[in-house]
Amino acid sequence: MSTETATVAGQRTLKMRLWRGDESGGDFATYEIPAQEGEVVLDVVHRIQAEEAPDLAVRWNCKAGKCGSCSAEINGRPALMCMTRMSTLNIDEPITVSPMRGFPIIRDLVTDVSFNYAVARRIPAFQPPKLAEGEVFRMQQVDVDRSQEFRKCIECFLCQNVCHVIRDHEDNKESFAGPRFFARLAELEMHPLDTLDRRRLSSEQFGLGLCNITKCCTEVCPEGIHITDNAIIPLKERVVDARFDPVAWLGRKITGKPDPTPAAVAASFAPETLEQQQAARALGKVGSHPQTSGA
Amino acid sequence: MTVVDPAKPNMSVTAVQIGKVRGGPPLSKVLRRDRWWIQPALIVTGLTLFAIYATWAAFRNGHYYAGSLGRDYLSPFYSPCLAHICSTKGGYSGWGPILGSWWAISPALLILIFPLGFRMTCYYYRKSYYRSFWLSPPACAVPDAGSAKPNGRRKRYTGETRFPLLIQNIHRYFWYAAVAFAGILTWDAIAAFRFGNSIGMGLGTLIFVINAALIWAYTLGCHSCRHLCGGGTNRLSEHASRYWIWKNIASKLNEKHQLFAWLSLVWIAFTDFYIYMLTSGIIHHDPRFF
Ligand code: SF4
Ligand code: SF4
Ligand code: FES
Ligand code: FES
Repeated sequence: MSTETATVAGQRTLKMRLWRGDESGGDFATYEIPAQEGEVVLDVVHRIQAEEAPDLAVRWNCKAGKCGSCSAEINGRPALMCMTRMSTLNIDEPITVSPMRGFPIIRDLVTDVSFNYAVARRIPAFQPPKLAEGEVFRMQQVDVDRSQEFRKCIECFLCQNVCHVIRDHEDNKESFAGPRFFARLAELEMHPLDTLDRRRLSSEQFGLGLCNITKCCTEVCPEGIHITDNAIIPLKERVVDARFDPVAWLGRKITGKPDPTPAAVAASFAPETLEQQQAARALGKVGSHPQTSGA
Repeated sequence: MTVVDPAKPNMSVTAVQIGKVRGGPPLSKVLRRDRWWIQPALIVTGLTLFAIYATWAAFRNGHYYAGSLGRDYLSPFYSPCLAHICSTKGGYSGWGPILGSWWAISPALLILIFPLGFRMTCYYYRKSYYRSFWLSPPACAVPDAGSAKPNGRRKRYTGETRFPLLIQNIHRYFWYAAVAFAGILTWDAIAAFRFGNSIGMGLGTLIFVINAALIWAYTLGCHSCRHLCGGGTNRLSEHASRYWIWKNIASKLNEKHQLFAWLSLVWIAFTDFYIYMLTSGIIHHDPRFF
C-alpha cells in the first residue's frame, strides 16, 4: 500500500479532517490539499495552516520526535504528528487528526497537559545518600541500565492520554499518576543510590493498583519504552513485597530490615512540599530504604 | 524537574483539575480505522475453546494413562499421579497413588487448581482477559465498556485495588507451585522414555519433551520470576549470578512471555488429547523411533 501511494502522491489530493474548536465546542473541518512526496502529518498540517487556515492552533517544536509537543490522535491512534509518515496512512480515505482526547482542550489541536505537571511535582525527587568527606558517588553501569530506558522519555504524554484509567474515568485523575510517572517512580525506585522507599507511596497515593496492565501506554510510546513490562510490573512486584507478601514481611522481621516507608512520609519528599522535606531531613527520615540504608 | 528555590517553597503548584471540557469528538466515537476488534475476538475464541476442552478433559476421569499400552505416558492434566489408574507409572514408584480407590472425583480437578490459578493471575493473561472479556479497554483508544455512556454500567473503575482483583497480588505463590509442576512435567517427560524395562522414544515422548520445554519457557519468563531472581534488587552488580539469571534467562524469556503463554497452553491440551486418542483407541499405535 505505502509504496504505491508514495509514487503517485504527486497527483493525489489529500482529504484532511482536522478538529477545530475550543471548550465551547467544535467539529472536524475538512481540508483538501495536494499530496507531496515524503511528508509527515505535521508537514501537511503546517501547509494547511499556511495556505488555508492561518488561525489553526497546533503545538510543535522540533519536528524530530524529540520535544514531545506534537502529540495528537491520527485516525484515532495516539501518535506524534511529526513522526507519522503520510505514506503509512491510507490516503484514499479522509485522514482525521484530533487533539489528545484525554486532556482538556485549549484550541484546535492543542490540549492542556498541566495535569501531568501537577503529578510530576508530587513525585519525591532523587534522595542521595549522605556522603562522608571525600567520598564520591559511584554507580555500576548494569545498575543504571534499567533506569536509563526510562530517561528516554520525551514527555509527549501520549501514554497518559491513552491510559483508560483516566481517559475513560476522569475522576481517577485525582488518585492516579499515569504510566509516564510510574516509569519515573520505577526509575527512582530502582536507582542504586536513591535512599527513599516509594513503594507504598506508589501504591497508596499514586494508584498503581488502578493500572490493569493492558499495555496501551507501551503500544503508543514513540520512544519505544517498555513502560508496562519494565516499569509498571516490576513496580507492582515491589509493592507486593512491601504490602501483600507475608513471607517478605516475615523476612523483614527476621533480618531486621526496616518496614516499608509509609506513603505519607515518602510523599513529604516531593518538590511540592519542600518545607516538609526539610523537616523530614531534620528528623533523619532520609535513608530508610531497605536496600540501600546499610550502604 | 521543576527547580524550586529553597527560600520560597513552591507556591505555584498546578492543581489537578477534574472535569474540564476535552477536545475532539466524544470518546464514544471510535476514530480508529484499523480492525482493532480482531485481537480481542481471537483471544475470546482461543480462551473459550481452551476452557471448553479443559473442562471436558478434567471431568473425563479416564483415558489419561497409557500404561496398558506399554508406554509410560501420563496426561499433564492428571499429573502428578494421584489415582489407581496410573499406579503402574514407573516414575512415581515409591509414592504411588495418594487417593484410594474409593475416590470418585476426577483427580484433574484437584491438580488443575494450581496451573489455573497461575494462569489466571499471570500478568499476560490478565491483560488479555481484561481487554477481551472485560472490555477494559477492548483496544487502545477505544473506550471501556460502559464508560462511554453517561449512565454507563461501570460507574467507577477501581482496577486491581479492591477485592476480588486485589488477589492478583498472590501471583508469585502460584509461581512457586508452577515451578514444582514444571518439575513434575519434566519428570513425566523423562519417564516417557521408559518402554517397559528398556529405554526408547516414541512420538509421545517427543510430545512430552516439547511440553516440558514450553512449560519451563513460560514459567521462567514470568514477571514474578523476573522480580524474584534479580529484578527486585537495586544493585545487580553485587549479585553476579542473580544478575546473569535475570538478564539472560528471566528477561529474555519474559520478552516472549505472550508467545509461550499461548504455545504452552495449546501444547498441554494437545498432549492430553494425544493420550486420550491413544488410550481410547482413536489411534492404535504410538510410532516408536528407537
Ligand atoms: S498498562 Fe496500565 S498505565 Fe499503561 S495504559 Fe494500561 S492501564 Fe494505563
Ligand atoms: S513514556 Fe513514552 S509515551 Fe509516555 S510521555 Fe514518555 S515518551 Fe511519551
Ligand atoms: S514536533 Fe517535537 S516531537 Fe513532534
Ligand atoms: S506473569 Fe505470566 S506467569 Fe507470571
